[in-house]
Amino acid sequence: MASLELGQDIADPLRIDAPYEADAPLNKHRRRFRWGRGAILIITAAYFVVPFYAGMEYSLQRPTGGFSLTPLSQIGSAPGFVSALWLSTQLAVITMLVVMALMVPTVIYVHLRLPRFRRVMEVITIFPIIIPPIAYSVGVLEAAPQWLRNSQYLLAIVYVILAMPYVYRSLDSGLGALDVKTLVEASRSLGSSWLMTIWRVLVPNLRAALMSASVLTLALVFGEFTIANVDNWQTIPVWIYLAPTDNPRINTLVAMIALLATAVVLILIVSLDRSQSRNSRRSR
Amino acid sequence: MTVLTTPDSAASSDAASQETKGTKGGAGALVRKIRTGAPVVPFLVYVILVLGVPTVVIALYAFKSNSGQFTLQNIHTILAAHTKQNPTGGQYRAGFENSLKLAVVTAVVPGILGTIIAYAISTSEHPAFKRIVAATSGVLAQFGGVNLAFMFIATLAATNGLVTKWLGAIGLDPWNHGFSLYKFWGVALVYMYFQIPLMVLIITPAFAGLRPAWREAAEGLGASRWRFWRHVGIPVLTPAILGSMFLLFGSGFSAYATAEALTGGTISITPIQIGAILQGNVIAGEQNVAYALAFAMIVILLVSVVVYVLLRRRTSRWLL
Repeated sequence: MASLELGQDIADPLRIDAPYEADAPLNKHRRRFRWGRGAILIITAAYFVVPFYAGMEYSLQRPTGGFSLTPLSQIGSAPGFVSALWLSTQLAVITMLVVMALMVPTVIYVHLRLPRFRRVMEVITIFPIIIPPIAYSVGVLEAAPQWLRNSQYLLAIVYVILAMPYVYRSLDSGLGALDVKTLVEASRSLGSSWLMTIWRVLVPNLRAALMSASVLTLALVFGEFTIANVDNWQTIPVWIYLAPTDNPRINTLVAMIALLATAVVLILIVSLDRSQSRNSRRSR
Repeated sequence: MTVLTTPDSAASSDAASQETKGTKGGAGALVRKIRTGAPVVPFLVYVILVLGVPTVVIALYAFKSNSGQFTLQNIHTILAAHTKQNPTGGQYRAGFENSLKLAVVTAVVPGILGTIIAYAISTSEHPAFKRIVAATSGVLAQFGGVNLAFMFIATLAATNGLVTKWLGAIGLDPWNHGFSLYKFWGVALVYMYFQIPLMVLIITPAFAGLRPAWREAAEGLGASRWRFWRHVGIPVLTPAILGSMFLLFGSGFSAYATAEALTGGTISITPIQIGAILQGNVIAGEQNVAYALAFAMIVILLVSVVVYVLLRRRTSRWLL
């Protein structure tokens, strides 16, 4: 600082004037850009908000004008809705159980004993994201044996693969935040078995990661349309698309509820992540 | 399994040291190696059966005739142009052209808009605003499929859509000016609803990596704003922006649900054509065309992912 003041004492007129001159046009520039930025943001916001409002208005507006919540009570009696909801729920539960049973022990083991295998898992779990579901379904429907081909549970088997990338990533980062080695050694030296260690020590510590993994799986199963549609099973998204109701507004209403639910789920996950990282910081 | 046996200097777990010790030991070492690898077997078996086998089936059947012999006929069928000699064919090639066009449009336009929004966020001084835009992008990038299609039908359907009514009231009904929600530009408009937030999400970190020191250095050397962007900002960001656009391309190219629900399967793009074949709308003798189409889609996506990875590597030289 001292040297700077000294330098200014030399009273170089160029130096004193320079920042002043540079500042003025910069400010003008900034102000003009603010307007441009405001306009861009308003148009973008309208593009994202207006369709949402339109969907809500269409599904909740009374023919006589004004809004009403009565359409909500008609969803349950819409033909086919309950069985679609039941199918999606079954698929979600099965998918969640299988993907957890498969991934939790594997990812924990890889973290502890086989770190080199992490690269392999990373690469494997990228493929379900790269391969388009429509292309994947072509292979699945041909490769599945006939008895499975006729079963709705084929979808759950396939959804496990689709859920793997998300489950792997949240478990991997959850484990990364823990001192797994110490926890396991402590538990093992106190005489508990491997299964016991996973169930009583690691799982409780991974609560947030498991939570976000299952919520993501749930959202995925309830939203998956492509494979269910080409395999002709009426899950919720397929029902929204195909259901012939006497009131088409009901389909739009269910679609809007699904979008809102997606938003809530994602916000939940973000806040879970945040509280998890806060907790782990506190414990250090 | 070969991966397990490659020597890896970085690994330092006891499992690794057991293995290196074991390489001299013969049979005992093999047993130990198998034991170390055993717990990942269920995962591997599941992935091989449910992901690997179907993928291999696609690749094999794409080159198989209906009688089971090797053939290039399926590839010929999907690439053949509609000509006088081939009056009934060409729809698959047209489908690919439409798909590629749709993917490019919904990668480039949202790519540019998303970059501008990310720039606006990065220069904003309100942390709350930044957080809200980031969170909203995260949510909106996941929207899509049937739900999004129904939302846009309520917005822009002919005569009854809310915005159609608004624009109609001022004499600008888009449906009277050649627009259709169920054709190319309508579908593109709907895709942008998830592509723009996706772009914002993946390009924002690049802007955060643009160091203030570079700006200060440029200004100190007398560069104007424009010259800073021309010679520093844009060159540094270009690989990141291009790479993100390839990711958007992949997402637009593989989307099926949104287009199917929006157009009722009437738009001729590759995913919709595959869906139609799977649901039984097949021209006799072309059953295996679906495999060729699926195979071609996977190849195109793999290429775009490789380009994305390469561009990302280039990006990380300066950013992140």
